[in-house]
Amino acid sequence: MLDLLAGFVSELRNAGLPVSLTENLDAMEAVQHIPIEDREAFKYALAATMVKNNTHWRAFETVFEVYFSLRGPEYKLVDGDTDLDEMWREMQEAQGEGKGAGGGGMDSLTPEELMNLLMKALLNGDQGMMRALAKQAVQRFAGMEPGRPVGGTYYLYRTLRNLDLEAMQDKLMDASREEVGGDLTALEERLEKDEYDSRIEQFKKEIEAEIRRRLVADRGAEAMAKTLRKPLPEDVEFMHASRDEMQALKKSLYPLTRKLAARLARKRRHGRKGPLDFRSTVRHSLSYGGVPAEPKFKYPRPAKPELMVVADISGSVAAFARFTLMLVYAIQGQFSKVRSFVFIDGIDEVTEYFKSTEDIQEAIHRVNTEADVVWVDGHSDYGHAFEVFWDKWGKDIGPKTTVLLLGDARNNYHATQAWVVKNIRQKARHVYWLNPEPRSYWNTGDSIVGDYATHTDGVYECRNLRQLEAFVEKLA
Amino acid sequence: MGNRFESVQSVREGLRDVNYLADEGIAGVVFLADRLGKPVLVEGPAGTGKTQLAKSVAEMTGARLIRLQCYEGLDESKALYEWNYKKQLLRIQADKNSDSWSDVHDDIFSDEFLLTRPLLEAITAEDPVVLLIDEVDRVEVETEALLLEILSEYQVSIPELGTIVAKQIPLVFLTSNNTRELSEALKRRCLYLHVDYPDMAREKLIVTTRVPGVSENLADQIARIVRSIRQLDLKKAPSVSETIDWARTLVLLGVEQVDAQQAKDTLHVLLKYQTDIAKAAKELSVEAAK
Repeated sequence: MLDLLAGFVSELRNAGLPVSLTENLDAMEAVQHIPIEDREAFKYALAATMVKNNTHWRAFETVFEVYFSLRGPEYKLVDGDTDLDEMWREMQEAQGEGKGAGGGGMDSLTPEELMNLLMKALLNGDQGMMRALAKQAVQRFAGMEPGRPVGGTYYLYRTLRNLDLEAMQDKLMDASREEVGGDLTALEERLEKDEYDSRIEQFKKEIEAEIRRRLVADRGAEAMAKTLRKPLPEDVEFMHASRDEMQALKKSLYPLTRKLAARLARKRRHGRKGPLDFRSTVRHSLSYGGVPAEPKFKYPRPAKPELMVVADISGSVAAFARFTLMLVYAIQGQFSKVRSFVFIDGIDEVTEYFKSTEDIQEAIHRVNTEADVVWVDGHSDYGHAFEVFWDKWGKDIGPKTTVLLLGDARNNYHATQAWVVKNIRQKARHVYWLNPEPRSYWNTGDSIVGDYATHTDGVYECRNLRQLEAFVEKLA
Repeated sequence: MGNRFESVQSVREGLRDVNYLADEGIAGVVFLADRLGKPVLVEGPAGTGKTQLAKSVAEMTGARLIRLQCYEGLDESKALYEWNYKKQLLRIQADKNSDSWSDVHDDIFSDEFLLTRPLLEAITAEDPVVLLIDEVDRVEVETEALLLEILSEYQVSIPELGTIVAKQIPLVFLTSNNTRELSEALKRRCLYLHVDYPDMAREKLIVTTRVPGVSENLADQIARIVRSIRQLDLKKAPSVSETIDWARTLVLLGVEQVDAQQAKDTLHVLLKYQTDIAKAAKELSVEAAK
């Protein structure tokens, strides 16, 4: 048990969760108060003592599943497991006999019967049945072989392809329409659809869990945990994020901006290193009969910077530009003025899009669809974009302005026009360059970030939310 | 270490008796908090019943609830204790002539002149108490340190009096809306509980227990619509308390079956931003057009 927990904790740490020694001890103590057969309680006991940040929950859950739910019978902690296994088997048999036409176990069902069963289960939201069916589906369709070096996603894909859940969705809708007899109202239809969506989603999760279970049995928990290790949301790289990760990123961006704004506002208020305000001190001394009992200080009021964001939104770095714009606009209260420009090979000002709507998502959408950023061929041309920027808006840059240049500086071997950046720097307060590429890729291939870097106040690597947040905090 | 609860299940049932529907996680953490004698840090979106949890636990155990509302600028004298200066002055002046200096000196720093504030009160209480430190994320990082001693050792050190140790270990709940990252030191001392929006079945149950006169059918519909709305990309998703408000509204209006029009007309109870309302209304009626 102790070894198991130790392994579990070290895997959590490997996944990036900060688990301190005291928390580890707490967890050990906590599990003593919990009946070990109760898996859910066990899980929450571990979570409550070791996971202190909600964004880490997913990572924890994955590791937990690998380590505990999926242990084979040769391990200590499996009493619960085998019980569950048997339960499944019984249920499977019971239902196979009860509902299935074949009479034997589920194995003897034809695919059509299986689909019918699945549909029935989804229609009624029958959890036990869904679980049993997931097991059956994996066994039948995934074609898993021990020792085969393919990832879980491959098996998942194979299983889902055979099940064709999209068609299932339509069939379910038809079924519920029939049930009512006639058409559903629009609202009802939408609600039904959401309901089935969530059930199918759940079914998919069951399948995933089943596949993982089998893989762990095949390869062992440690190896499996390593392949399943995913970066925490704040460490996901913008340029390689999958669709799910993008969603998670978007979700974690909003609370992050709120925190950042609160922190910056606090920083501004609590600067207390000002010199003595002689005039004010004398004025207040009058109420103490001329004794300067209450010294007054001049609190520094740091000027809010003016910000100009110039972002490359060509395919390769679009996600990064989007997040930076979202972040900057979410905390625009911290700047006296924010103007934004986007370019690919042409350049356009998009400040208006953000001003006219409260909804940042919508603004971003308009930027992507309406901004006039293509000049010749729609491949990044930093040189031309900068030149136009200088001609059109160069005069607006003042000594209070901070200019942010976003992009990977992959210029497709066009002219650099680095003199623009040099000129901007002479007029502006600061010029920073944010690059979403790993530092080791800079200045390789057609990347010319070095040419620009000499004329800026700093080039920063911004691959994930954590780095971006750190930079913005420094900026404001 | 306390033994207020028998098992996780009994916590859950107890909470249900006072109309708080806890899920497995919530009940489990409350149970552990009691067994381990550790405070619970409750985080989650606004309006999901974080504060209510502390209140309900107090009600369930028959304990007195002591609440410390946090805000920016909260300090020792408002959270822990304060000397009653006026009374001390009076004491000195009352017998200027009789007492010797040392008598007065010892006397004015005694229990009599101590004003207890919530934290000290919770520690010194004889009867069972539940301490709720509400919205702990609002205090500054420096002030957070003030809580550390009481949270880990259940004691308060007063320089003039010495250390006051708790007579019994109270159940402590800290709530946070996550407007800033709490310090590691604080988190380490607590059990962590994240309260999220409930799933549909639980939300439906919450509506039926919390709103008198709501029919099964209506509660079901409400829960479903709210779930659909939460899936949209909104500034502020509807909270549980807003769901309950909405259910009350519908019951008051005598609605038995929500249709798209009624839902649209009462959306402002559920959502508080104009852009959100517009989006949700559009979403509900776009479907109508099909």
